[in-house]
Amino acid sequence: MTTYDVLFTIAGAISVASALLAVSTKHLIHSALWLIVSLVALSGCYFVLGAEFVALVQLLVYVGAVVILVLFALMLTRAPIGRSHEHDTPLMQRAAALVVGAATAALLATVLISAFGNDKKRVDGGTTHALATRLFGTWVWPFELLSALLLVALIAALALARLPIGRRDTARGAVK
Amino acid sequence: MIHSALPMIVVGLLFGIGLYGVLARRNAVLVLIGVELMLAAAGLLFVTVGSLTSDAMRAGQVMTIFVITIAAAEIAVALGVILAVFRARGNIDMAQAGERE
Repeated sequence: MTTYDVLFTIAGAISVASALLAVSTKHLIHSALWLIVSLVALSGCYFVLGAEFVALVQLLVYVGAVVILVLFALMLTRAPIGRSHEHDTPLMQRAAALVVGAATAALLATVLISAFGNDKKRVDGGTTHALATRLFGTWVWPFELLSALLLVALIAALALARLPIGRRDTARGAVK
Repeated sequence: MIHSALPMIVVGLLFGIGLYGVLARRNAVLVLIGVELMLAAAGLLFVTVGSLTSDAMRAGQVMTIFVITIAAAEIAVALGVILAVFRARGNIDMAQAGERE
């Protein structure tokens, strides 16, 4: 066990445990709050792997923006405070989902470990300077395309929010 | 130095948990949380492979930044759709999606 191993195990265990709570808790708001813990721990994993810029972007964008959006959506759709059972799935469906999820996790981990082996590898995250040179050199066109994508998403979200939708009868096209 | 199996196990577990969240939840916002976890697993895989192999172009980290940006755009549009569905139907229950009142 190296220091990297220990640090990564701690961050990864926190991330996986809080992700598990995020998908299993009955409190809707707690689910979004556990997602924050999981994503912060994941950005700790990025730090251990030497990708400090990605870790900071993860903190800023995910924890700062995405989870806040999710919390807004929960409140705007009148999520109940406290435990709620009105959206419970049948036990059969949850058991089937558990089997599928566990099988996918086992399959992915097995395939990835057999592809990369379990040797000790040197962690080389590079410097932020090198990353910036690559981002605005080799990858500059995809980067510019992304800014266009963000603009399109902004306008699309605005248009969706302003759609004139009534309840049921008046909006058959939108409900269909 | 790090054992390369550790990040792979975390990737597998995060993706499996996200898939469970997508399949076992009926509230549309909670389904989105499962999707976010699956995207996070993909990003962790990109960064891991970028850091543990010789990655002169820094493609692993750049791709993760792109995935994070696309996820932010996706969630903005998805929440717009969810709010529109809530205004039209009065609930966001995935089990009733596609049903007429």
